[in-house]
Amino acid sequence: MTLLNVENLTLEFDTDEGRITAVDDVSFDLEAGEVMGLVGESGSGKSVTAKALMKLNPDNAHYSPNTKITLTLETGAIDVMSLRSANEMQVVRGGAVSMIFQEPMASFAPAISIGDQMIEQLQLHKKMTKRDARALSIEMLNRVGISEAGKRIDQYAFELSGGMRQRAMIAMALSTSPKLLIADEPTTALDVTIQAQVIALMKDLVTEYGMGIIFITHDLGVIAQTADKVAVMYLGRIVERGTVRDVIRTPAHPYTQGLLNALPNLEDLEAPLMPVPGDIPSPLERPPGCVFHTRCPVAMPGRCDRDIPVMVKVSPDHAAACFAVEDRMRAS
Amino acid sequence: MSDKPVISIKDLAVHFPIGGGLFTPKVMVQAVEGITLDIPRRSFFGLVGESGSGKTTLGRAILKAAPITRGHINYADDEVSYDVASLDKAMLKDYRKRAQLIFQDPYAALSPRMTVRDIIAEPLEVMGITKTREETDKRVREIAAKCRLNLEHLRRFPHAFSGGQRQRISIARALVANPRFVVADESVAALDVSIQADVLNLLKSLQDDLGLTFLFISHDLSVVAHICDHVAVMYLGRLVETAPTRELFAAPRHPYTKALLSAIPSLDPDNRGTAQKLEGEIPSPTNPPPGCKFQTRCPFAIDRCRIEEPRLENLGLEHDVACHRWKELADVLAPATA
Repeated sequence: MTLLNVENLTLEFDTDEGRITAVDDVSFDLEAGEVMGLVGESGSGKSVTAKALMKLNPDNAHYSPNTKITLTLETGAIDVMSLRSANEMQVVRGGAVSMIFQEPMASFAPAISIGDQMIEQLQLHKKMTKRDARALSIEMLNRVGISEAGKRIDQYAFELSGGMRQRAMIAMALSTSPKLLIADEPTTALDVTIQAQVIALMKDLVTEYGMGIIFITHDLGVIAQTADKVAVMYLGRIVERGTVRDVIRTPAHPYTQGLLNALPNLEDLEAPLMPVPGDIPSPLERPPGCVFHTRCPVAMPGRCDRDIPVMVKVSPDHAAACFAVEDRMRAS
Repeated sequence: MSDKPVISIKDLAVHFPIGGGLFTPKVMVQAVEGITLDIPRRSFFGLVGESGSGKTTLGRAILKAAPITRGHINYADDEVSYDVASLDKAMLKDYRKRAQLIFQDPYAALSPRMTVRDIIAEPLEVMGITKTREETDKRVREIAAKCRLNLEHLRRFPHAFSGGQRQRISIARALVANPRFVVADESVAALDVSIQADVLNLLKSLQDDLGLTFLFISHDLSVVAHICDHVAVMYLGRLVETAPTRELFAAPRHPYTKALLSAIPSLDPDNRGTAQKLEGEIPSPTNPPPGCKFQTRCPFAIDRCRIEEPRLENLGLEHDVACHRWKELADVLAPATA
């Protein structure tokens, strides 16, 4: 069953300097129990895309009229774009969809205990009694590996270490048993050893709860370890998508290839680090044609700077939006 | 390495008091304890560990920006030799020219009200290195060119630059006074991979060009593996292992080093969950465990580890480790990347 279907998501922001395009014609599907990695540099639009699924973007955001986001639950399909008031959004926000943020210190209210925050959302979304909500919260904290959960539940966010806070965040996000979990850089602020623990925990929980996960990160290593499929974003567009194996082993788009070449490779310490040349353009100076042509080593003048490439399949589960790939596929 | 080390540390300790308010008693934190370490000249020396391991404090102590509780730090280049703990005012001023720091966050490190030219020129003016404006401008232009900033950039303000460009400005500012030794504290941690690769390549080429010694503080072992020639691993204020990079990655001798290495997420989607997972978290430095500081998380800890703190032992070839069981564990830990 397709849990989430996003079609032609286009999102612009009004800013003092003018209107900027943050997400440009993004479409993807997510099945229940599937983990999709969303990869890209800062400014690629990955967080904005994820927030759009809950309409969490600020008031200066404009969605294009043909944007369609459908969330299919057991109770029926929800057209997210048609939800207007905060009340209507309750079904989605914190109910069917939960989100884990990068900085758990900023996501917990500092003056309310962890437990009260967990209990409040359960009372709100699950209509639980306070007693049941507390019992479930303690159980969830235990489940994510927080020792002495009965005591920890009455502590405040600042009393927990970074790894512990992120675990509590995960426990809170999962306690409402969401169908879709959005994890926005959940391990970026953590040390590698704690990151490994959190990744292992999330994998266990997917198997157990069977929800769909959108995992946003700039770290391709984390993606390789967690995702089933990947979408690579650049300046608001998905430039490549496919199974995690295909995209990481045989990247088709020059940008994905560039990202992989820039990564330090532990198997070959002599290999030079190859940065993608140039800087990501300012959103106010969005390049025409293929958005990557200004930094692309194989850009074809007169074509890549004029026309927008469409997604072409390189294998049944793997596609890239690039004219060079298109030519190669046509030739073979 | 026949050269004398640029930095030579003997039994260094840095303790901070914390608390001491109206209701809380004062506690001492052993941020750095009993560190002995040489940093060879013209090396790219990596210092790794989790947050709370004391790596930043060690870097600051070397720059005399943290109080030295006990022990010695000696700095030596071709011209001078200083005992860092007991510098007088004039010597400290000179030491500040020779030893510099590059910060982690390129967004916070640059004043938004100064042009890039003024930001880079400030150390020269403050330290009175250049006499005239022409001389200053010349130095600024030279170092800016080395850091791949062009003349037009110098007239602008920092807000106009991306993260990678800002980090290049920070580097130019740190290097303009022509230091011999530079501490780079998490200098690429806040950057995207592509920009990170670019800045790392720049640091490496500057090191070659200018004959600098870098102390590169990082939590990212894969970055350290690529850029550093020596690595020291810290845990809870102690040095647990130090070795040439290649040696450390091929044959880690400390269980903590091994755990750090195997926690790096593999890029191979078929190689999932093979990582040897380290349980628990780094203990609080206000209340460190007795014996070996790593014993609370170490899968190989025995009774001796819980009582007696291991000393750093030399295994030959510049490889030191502080573990009671390194000999018996050598075969267990050996294949770091198999």
